[in-house]
Amino acid sequence: MGMTFAEQVLARRSGQGTVVPGQIVIVRPDHLLTHDNTAAIIGKIGADLDTHGVVDPRLPVIVLDHVTPAANEKTATGHQQVRAFVARFGLENFYDVGSGICHQIVVERGHAQPGRILVGSDSHTCSYGAVGAFATGIDRTEAAALLLRGETWLRVPESIRVTLRGELPAGVSAKDLVLRIIGDIGADGASYAAVEFHGDVAALSIEDRFTIANMGVEMGAKIAVFPVDAVTREYLAGIGVEEGDYEAVWADADARYARELAYDLAALEPVVACPHKVDNVKPVSELAGIEFDQLLLGTCTNGRLSDLKAAAVLLDGRDVAPGVRLLVLPASRDVLNAALERGVIEILTRAGAVLLPPGCGPCLGAHQGVLAPGEKCLSTANRNFKGRMGCKEAEIYLASPETVAATALSGRLTDPRTVVLQEDAQ
Amino acid sequence: MKVWKYGDDINTDMLFPGKYTYTCSTPEEIKPHLLEDLDPEFAEQVAPGDLLIVGKNFGCGSSREQPVVGLKAAGVEAIVARSFARIFYRAAINQGLVLVECPAAVDAYEPGAEVLLDPRAGEIRVGGETFQFPKLPAEILAIRDAGGLLPYTRAKLAEQR
Repeated sequence: MGMTFAEQVLARRSGQGTVVPGQIVIVRPDHLLTHDNTAAIIGKIGADLDTHGVVDPRLPVIVLDHVTPAANEKTATGHQQVRAFVARFGLENFYDVGSGICHQIVVERGHAQPGRILVGSDSHTCSYGAVGAFATGIDRTEAAALLLRGETWLRVPESIRVTLRGELPAGVSAKDLVLRIIGDIGADGASYAAVEFHGDVAALSIEDRFTIANMGVEMGAKIAVFPVDAVTREYLAGIGVEEGDYEAVWADADARYARELAYDLAALEPVVACPHKVDNVKPVSELAGIEFDQLLLGTCTNGRLSDLKAAAVLLDGRDVAPGVRLLVLPASRDVLNAALERGVIEILTRAGAVLLPPGCGPCLGAHQGVLAPGEKCLSTANRNFKGRMGCKEAEIYLASPETVAATALSGRLTDPRTVVLQEDAQ
Repeated sequence: MKVWKYGDDINTDMLFPGKYTYTCSTPEEIKPHLLEDLDPEFAEQVAPGDLLIVGKNFGCGSSREQPVVGLKAAGVEAIVARSFARIFYRAAINQGLVLVECPAAVDAYEPGAEVLLDPRAGEIRVGGETFQFPKLPAEILAIRDAGGLLPYTRAKLAEQR
């Protein structure tokens, strides 16, 4: 009997010929991601670090991104403690304020590679399945224990196979696909499971795959993963990771799945996740006209160059509607610089967008765009939970960059397929 | 002992709002904000020995462990759910908080019913009816029984020296 992707990785890494769902295995992850929460993590093990130190200075990847630049004395002090910790133990992978969102950095800097195991004290660690890594979220206490021992347990997950067919139509994006899947199977539809994407994935860019894998946790998944193909190899080569550096792993043809799903990409349409659950998904066409106060373009879900470009195409030479705040949050400094070089940022800011520094920004409600009671926000982020953006009497809707940009033109929810491009109009 | 009953898909933002995640880390800092956006009475009234009986996918969303740390510090005996989100489930093991996945027990509960829990036996009694639930694998139980992952890790490190 063949093995799934998750079974293959966990069998190899636990030194066993074969493993089955439900089995507990002990593994040593390749990397441990922590961010601003590193301060709280090391606070739990101060005396232990004095005695034992960090198990391996190459293990942690630490990115300051959640409340950056610091919003107050408390968060500033946390950042200061993290810098001192990095210096004290000579940790090799540290990215300070302004580098970007941790998940973007882990992929962009080549820490996530095919077949690797990464864990992170952030739920969206599952994003690295975009490049064929086994990556999943853990809590702060487990991160602390990993700093000391470098070892943890994983339960071998059941797997779900999602087969994609065809190509996405114009104006419909990877975000619409993943929201559609979550809407169909529910916020716990893939609970504890490994979600594998099969079929016509070649038409999806690494950025598209990142968006989809990023939202794996919103369907309850442990990991969400794509095969390593020409698209992956080209992306990795572009960031200096060559084919000989990694060993790609994929499911056997006769692997066993707990559930199988199939999607015809050509049949998809723009959708939104309505308050206050990510699986409350409805077509834009049914809800057109809802008025928004704030729009957020960016985050670890949709803050990459292709996302910013998709919005710029719709906003080129136009203005964000009066009374609407469009916030733009690039996923990293590299993304920001690439967008600057290509004139994408200028299009957005001339249209009236507010440019925020690369980082998590208002997504978690700590700063830089917190909502007021009664306000509505349309966001390209991954969560619309009550209170998520700092106010429990506000409403958050989730959509694609295209839908957010189309909506910015009037302030009312707009299907991007209905917006006539400037060049077409001329 | 009081039973607190909540529904499906209770996420970590409802259990502990994200805006506090970088300013509140200790049990004392966490406790006043527990379940703040879900049930404002909870933080004031929760007492040692209380139980939560909840629906499916409890604790979905962020990896933040403050809800677990806070519930453990408040003395909550266990959470009985139709199902748990996986990071929350791990976090509970790591803090030594007892979680019981038992849909039948959740369905059987009516307000006021007596609830008796025996995690060792894998049994829960709800209003006179007894339900079985799967026990944790031995490797995982060892972590919970050590009082959580950090005490467990310290014991392992001591063995290695």
